[in-house]
Amino acid sequence: MTSVIIISGYLALLLLLGLGSSRLFSGSGNDYQLAGHSIGPFMLLMSLFGTTMTAFALIGSTGEAWQNGIGVYGKMASSSAIVHSLCFFVIGVRIWKLGHKHGYTTQIEFFRDRLQSAHIGLVLFPILVTMVIVYILMGILGAGTIVNVFTSGAFPTLFPGDPAARQTVGAVPASLGSLVICCVVLVYVFFGGMRGTAWANTFQTIVFIVLGVVTFFVIAANLGDGTAVENMRATSAQIDARWASRSGTSTSVYLTYMFIPLSVGMFPHIFQHWLTARSANSFKLSVVAHPICIMLVWMPCVMLGIWATTDIAASLVKPLAGLSHNVPGNQNKVLPILVNELSGPVLGGFLSAGILAAIMSSLDSQFLCMGTMFTNDIAKRYFTKGEMTDRQTVFWTRTFIILVVAVSYGVSLLNPRGVFGLGVWCFSGFSALFPLIFAAIYWRRLTRAGAYACIFAAAATWGILFRAALTGNEPLSEYLLTVDLGGTSWDIMPVAAMIVVSSIAMIVVSMVTKPPDEAHLQRFFRGK
Amino acid sequence: MKYGIWGLVLLLTVLHQDLWYWNDSSLVGGIVPIGLFYHACLSVAAAFVWFLATQFAWPLGDADESQPGGES
Repeated sequence: MTSVIIISGYLALLLLLGLGSSRLFSGSGNDYQLAGHSIGPFMLLMSLFGTTMTAFALIGSTGEAWQNGIGVYGKMASSSAIVHSLCFFVIGVRIWKLGHKHGYTTQIEFFRDRLQSAHIGLVLFPILVTMVIVYILMGILGAGTIVNVFTSGAFPTLFPGDPAARQTVGAVPASLGSLVICCVVLVYVFFGGMRGTAWANTFQTIVFIVLGVVTFFVIAANLGDGTAVENMRATSAQIDARWASRSGTSTSVYLTYMFIPLSVGMFPHIFQHWLTARSANSFKLSVVAHPICIMLVWMPCVMLGIWATTDIAASLVKPLAGLSHNVPGNQNKVLPILVNELSGPVLGGFLSAGILAAIMSSLDSQFLCMGTMFTNDIAKRYFTKGEMTDRQTVFWTRTFIILVVAVSYGVSLLNPRGVFGLGVWCFSGFSALFPLIFAAIYWRRLTRAGAYACIFAAAATWGILFRAALTGNEPLSEYLLTVDLGGTSWDIMPVAAMIVVSSIAMIVVSMVTKPPDEAHLQRFFRGK
Repeated sequence: MKYGIWGLVLLLTVLHQDLWYWNDSSLVGGIVPIGLFYHACLSVAAAFVWFLATQFAWPLGDADESQPGGES
């Protein structure tokens, strides 16, 4: 019940924050979709970090470390520390400048203008929307599961559950948990728009960073009878070399995994956040502090994951013995079990709020982005001939946000657990389009035909590889390509092939087609 | 200076592929596996390199910092 009270209080606080931010709403479409370009350095950092980190940063990182050892940090955290900041620096700052100069709100508006292609949106829109919806579904399903796990035993009369499975008794059903989270996010995004989203993201990001660190020290202090440091040393001394090194990780997979964080450069919701910045200088803090924020969240979680493999943890935390490394999904139970057994109900409640914070700080940006894209790229473009008053813009954005939330929640009720396997494919798809946004900003020779070639090549390569993964024996998320190089076979991530093919298609087709007008290029590039 | 910064970013990417600690399971301070400690240090180094980038290779000039409102 303690968890329920803390989660409820946290959600109520979020609603208040969203409604409070709406008091500053000026009524303009720009203010609703981009917070009137008023977001300063700290809120931009928190928004970007909160949006790029999902529940995986807390639960998944602990579970993956428990499953495979410390390699997950290099694969996903320190690589993101380099690549995410690179994207903010190389893409974000330029996009902010062009967005301010030409009045863009969505990625498609930028590409349509830069490539002089009135209908590129018809090709890009379905691709971007499909991939973001997969991302949203992972968030909604994950939130439902968290609410379900952390409310176990709270409402035995209302939700009797299955007496054979003790964990389900009295727990809020996952579908109801997802509905509550969707409604809370919907309310603060609906009323607060981008400002509400940025405020909520800032609050939620602080919550999950602080709670991650606090959880780490509380659990360390309870891992034995000594001081926290003594307990840490005693537990670390028991970690098997398999988890304390990367002996089980392929070097070529590790190398090519570095292409995955490039997806941040093509996320439409990150694009929209970039445009909210008050000035280009606002980006500096995000570029510098993002790697540190990643470290603060990931380091404690990875340490907890490898500690959970030791005999000390097994003797103190009995439920860990019931987890098998061979059962899919077991790894996601490691952090909740450690928290429940070693920290007590209050911290457990706060941690569940922190995990929900990580999920909601991504969901809100995605909902708002979808509403904005439907309004600006479809409704405004094809139904109102480019004309919309501020009132209509806000009305349609809100309407589409409600529709996106309703449809996403409806699909989540079908319980498509397969979407979790699609996660890495979704990120790979965005990464495969990274060459397009990079070339649009830095390569004058990029042509409209080259851009289409890039999109089609990315989509085709993705489709071919995905089909191969579907027919393979391994889980979707573990599908790898094998290439022969110098007489040796190397496993690589499919994303590497996607990026190579989309880049080659873009470059070759651009070089053999007519270059854009110089006068048009002057709008995007300084000098010649 | 700009090229130096991009050289450092490239160096970070190379240092990220730390084959030298791949199979090393020794502990730093008796607590943190050396491979993990190395990558935590790499995160800090990344922050420092990006700090240098914002100081010496910032992509926009002062004139670009405040733009007039959108034209379309």
